[in-house]
Amino acid sequence: MLRTKRRWFVALALIVIVVLSAIYLANVNIPILEPKGVIADKEFRLLVTVTVLMSIVALPVFGLLIYIVWKYNEKNHTKKKYSPDWESNKFIEGTWWAIPTILIVILSVITWNATYALNPYNPIASKNSTLNVQVIALDWKWLFIYPALKVATINKLMLPVNTPVHFYLTADAPMNSFWIPQLSGQIYAMPGMQTQLYILANQPGEYNGWSANISGIGFAGMMFKADVVSATQFKAWASRTVSSAPALSLARYNSLIQPSAYVKTRFFSNPATNIFSQTIDKYMVADYHGAVQ
Amino acid sequence: MSEAAGELKITNELIAKYDKDTKTVFGFWVYLMTDCVLFASLFAVFAVLRHNTYGGPTAQNLFSLPYVMLETMALLTSSFTAGLALLSAQRKRLKHTLFWFGVTFTLGLTFLVLELAEFSRFVAQGDSWRRSGFLSSYFTLVGTHGLHITIGLIWMIVMMVFILKRGLNDTTLKRIRMLSLFWHFLDVVWIFIFTIVYLFGVLGV
Amino acid sequence: MMHIFNLMASFWLGRLSLKALPPNPIQWFGASLIILVPGMIAVLLTVTKRWKWLYKEWITTQDPKKIGVMYILVAIGMLLRGGADVALIKTQQALSVGASHGILSASHFQQIVTAHGTIMIFFVAMGLMFGIINLIVPLQIGSRDVAFPFLNATSFWLFFFGMVLVNASLVLGDFAATGWLAYPPLSELRYSPTVGVDYWIWSLQIAGVGSLLAAINFIVTILKMRVKGMNFMKMPMFVWSVLGSMLLVAFAFPILTATLTLLALDRNLGMHFFTSGAGGNMMMYVNLIWAWGHPEVYILILPAFGVFSEVVATYSKKRLFGYTSMVWAIAAIVLLSFIVWLHHFFTMGAGSDVNAFFGIMTMIIAIPTGVKLFNWLFTMYRGKIRLDSPMLWFIGFVVIFTIGGMAGVLMAVPPIDFQLHNSLFLVAHFHMMIVGGVVFADFAAITYWFPKIFGFKLNETLGRWVFWLWLVGFLMSFIPLYILGFMGATRRLDHYSASLGWQQLFIVSGIGAALIGAGVGVQLLQFAYSIYKRKDNRDKTGDPWDGRSLEWSLPSPVPFYNFARLPEVSSRDAFWEAKKSRLKDRRKYEDIEIPKNTPLAFMIAALAFIFAFTVVWHIWWLAVIALLSIITLIIVRSMDEQTDYILKASEVEKLDSLYLKGAKL
Repeated sequence: MLRTKRRWFVALALIVIVVLSAIYLANVNIPILEPKGVIADKEFRLLVTVTVLMSIVALPVFGLLIYIVWKYNEKNHTKKKYSPDWESNKFIEGTWWAIPTILIVILSVITWNATYALNPYNPIASKNSTLNVQVIALDWKWLFIYPALKVATINKLMLPVNTPVHFYLTADAPMNSFWIPQLSGQIYAMPGMQTQLYILANQPGEYNGWSANISGIGFAGMMFKADVVSATQFKAWASRTVSSAPALSLARYNSLIQPSAYVKTRFFSNPATNIFSQTIDKYMVADYHGAVQ
Repeated sequence: MSEAAGELKITNELIAKYDKDTKTVFGFWVYLMTDCVLFASLFAVFAVLRHNTYGGPTAQNLFSLPYVMLETMALLTSSFTAGLALLSAQRKRLKHTLFWFGVTFTLGLTFLVLELAEFSRFVAQGDSWRRSGFLSSYFTLVGTHGLHITIGLIWMIVMMVFILKRGLNDTTLKRIRMLSLFWHFLDVVWIFIFTIVYLFGVLGV
Repeated sequence: MMHIFNLMASFWLGRLSLKALPPNPIQWFGASLIILVPGMIAVLLTVTKRWKWLYKEWITTQDPKKIGVMYILVAIGMLLRGGADVALIKTQQALSVGASHGILSASHFQQIVTAHGTIMIFFVAMGLMFGIINLIVPLQIGSRDVAFPFLNATSFWLFFFGMVLVNASLVLGDFAATGWLAYPPLSELRYSPTVGVDYWIWSLQIAGVGSLLAAINFIVTILKMRVKGMNFMKMPMFVWSVLGSMLLVAFAFPILTATLTLLALDRNLGMHFFTSGAGGNMMMYVNLIWAWGHPEVYILILPAFGVFSEVVATYSKKRLFGYTSMVWAIAAIVLLSFIVWLHHFFTMGAGSDVNAFFGIMTMIIAIPTGVKLFNWLFTMYRGKIRLDSPMLWFIGFVVIFTIGGMAGVLMAVPPIDFQLHNSLFLVAHFHMMIVGGVVFADFAAITYWFPKIFGFKLNETLGRWVFWLWLVGFLMSFIPLYILGFMGATRRLDHYSASLGWQQLFIVSGIGAALIGAGVGVQLLQFAYSIYKRKDNRDKTGDPWDGRSLEWSLPSPVPFYNFARLPEVSSRDAFWEAKKSRLKDRRKYEDIEIPKNTPLAFMIAALAFIFAFTVVWHIWWLAVIALLSIITLIIVRSMDEQTDYILKASEVEKLDSLYLKGAKL
């Protein structure tokens, strides 16, 4: 009697939890499941495909587990078959070497193709021409340089909608990972090295970005906003910044690299040429006259 | 063993003793395998960093093959004499064993001194391990081998004292076998160092 | 004058000064706990006049059973330490939102996160694993000892002092604030100039060498010391999985030793292995550390699989299904685990071919793992299942491990990993594998083998409470982390903006962690209560669960010489078969060689601790002395040929009859 009551109670509790969770999840913003860029969107679709494929194999395991544990429980055991010495059946064992193998073969094909298709270095085809942005991870903020537009920003990534963007990334700090979940997956920004990433945002809006790799005490304060606006708004912003914002000289850059966190958005004009390549050279070339450890 | 097998009474005690000795030697083999992995890691690191000279000297600027040949000869010969020491020990010739270990020790020490002389020459001319990734990995890889040689030399002294005190009993023999394994192992590692670090370095491969 | 004083101080004390003491109240509290707990133990020992007992029975012991118990005690202690870290982490993450910055500074938070990872992997998971291996492997293979008892004691004490060094960082100086694998250049001198990373390096170095020596020991033990008749295909599955795991240790830990050494050389001698600049290559570190780190995962999980193989067969009263498949699955996992390390950094920007290759290799590991799962299910099929708490742990394991494994396969697809890497989704995934897999198995093992070692059973009712608290708490703690990962929350964040809407889930996760904490509390209560009621739960038969392998043929607790008479084995499940056949025992008693107690293993490890501690603080003179002393002690030990004593056959016979009568010795 008590047992039955307890079972009902547990079942009820589970239902309540599931319903509450569903209501909660329906009402919150889950960036990775709500992509706003073509790359993030493809990554999201891939995630769904793989999850479904795996569930086809994994869910029966749960069913089987519950069934076997219930059916062969000692307590319900009066007339069930009991074969204590049954230890091998080549056909059955072959089956479950085969089932996961088939699944993995399918997943491997998907993985192979997807990895090539979604290589972050792949350019994105579009009728709009590609915008180049240089990204430098500093202690602890992001510097974005738009060489063609002669503007630069701190902790604010201005992007035109429906335009492919080509990022070149490095760090003048320990390793960081550049991540705007709603636009694309992440990529490392490493000192002395350059990585690349292409994205295309297809909906205007303000999206969160941050560093996903611990880089020191200010690392939690490396949040920035990616502001996707229309092409005209973007142009207007660029020309306004060129004319009004202070210039990003090398001297100013050298003061920017001093550690600071939770830094507010700042705009600069006319970034000194080669800040990006010099930042890489600083760690890679022996006769660079900068501060190297 | 084999010639005496006919007369030997095989007791449980003897079997136990034999088991214990093979266990130890087998364990030593396993240890050597882990040491192999250690050296493999250092070789891999060297392979990655060998061109990262960062404006400092390259392998071609630095190494002199004749000098390294000298080191190599010293070490190879010492490996040979270590083998002779083991053979003498197995024939229960105590003085021969000590003599050959003495020769091995001297050759090993010669090798070590030559290596340290080379190191200090590099450091003196400003090319220390601080200079570049290449030099860091060079000093570490070759230095780790040198450290093993040092341990081997200390072991050899202890071994000789042990032989003098206890004679060539089963335990001593077992340990001599392991010491000579160790010494040959270091020899093999050195062949790789010679080839990959020095030869490839000088040839600019 | 002052100048000379400073020079003297820096010679004698290195970097050590009063400034090394903790700077704020929370750290003071931690430090005093670290001093108080051993202090109270010391007082207790003095009051009960047990110092001599501690020395004779534990510190100098060479008995793997005692060493196993000590491993597990240290691991449980460290579970509490790592759990206290969790409490701080969860509190911080629940509170540090928007304008509030919570209770911890960023640096302190990062140190705690690093310590939590380091301690839980090296001193809890590894400790529990080596403890159980020490207790059970010799018994299961019908051996009286391990191959090298002295080496075994040394391994344990190195592990122990590695643990002491991690905890010393709470009192003097700080700990690494770099994440548990201390990626450079963050862990280089330039960005981490304090002693924190050095503590991390040297505690892992000491414990790591201990693990390596233990692995050599158990490889030889398993390969050379099996009882007559036990060929490879008759070994219990736990022994197989330990063999696989120990082979992995032997191949992987030297890489860790090398990597840590290189990082130490960078930091202490100004070398340039992993520095940014001067020809260093930081990504080489990441490759090397994961070339160790990924096999490490399987080092932990294989023995866990082994435990479940024993538990499932015993509690289903049925042979393990698919023995041969299981062995092949272990072999496949051992091999594959070395060619998947790159999946830990797909986001480095490697080519598609490299990423795809490592992604697919990673998925392939799911095949042997899946096979093992099906084999366990079919071991239960047509069995008689007793749902005691070890079996509950197994069912919990299947559920959690399957969810975690699916998350793992997801992240094996590089483009999906780009979105999930370094997020809390990843954190949830590996906790599900390591807690749901390894720790659950260790708890099952402790419950299962407890009577064998101590002679009485653990209280089952409390054991069930422990399980349910852990299971519910665990799901509640980590399911929200999956969702937080999808929301973009990254790991190791000491603060986040309120607008992100993460706080509720962090709070739910914190409550889950509290439930786990309650589970640990009940667990301690379970131990205490079971010890208190031990007379009611005494295991008089030596075979309380109707066991299958040789350890259950011995009286409980197992005598110090394990087997009075060595058994002979002619099949798998040797004891199960023997019980059925009831043949008359004709074996004779014989003399047994037993290793004498010696304090040298303890002393060598203690000196290794002094060496490591002084290197951390740059007290070079003492480091040199410690190192020379270690060498001297090793030579002293090698000069001693009388390391064993003989227990006469007649005495063995006398002791055996006493044990069989149930005497407590």
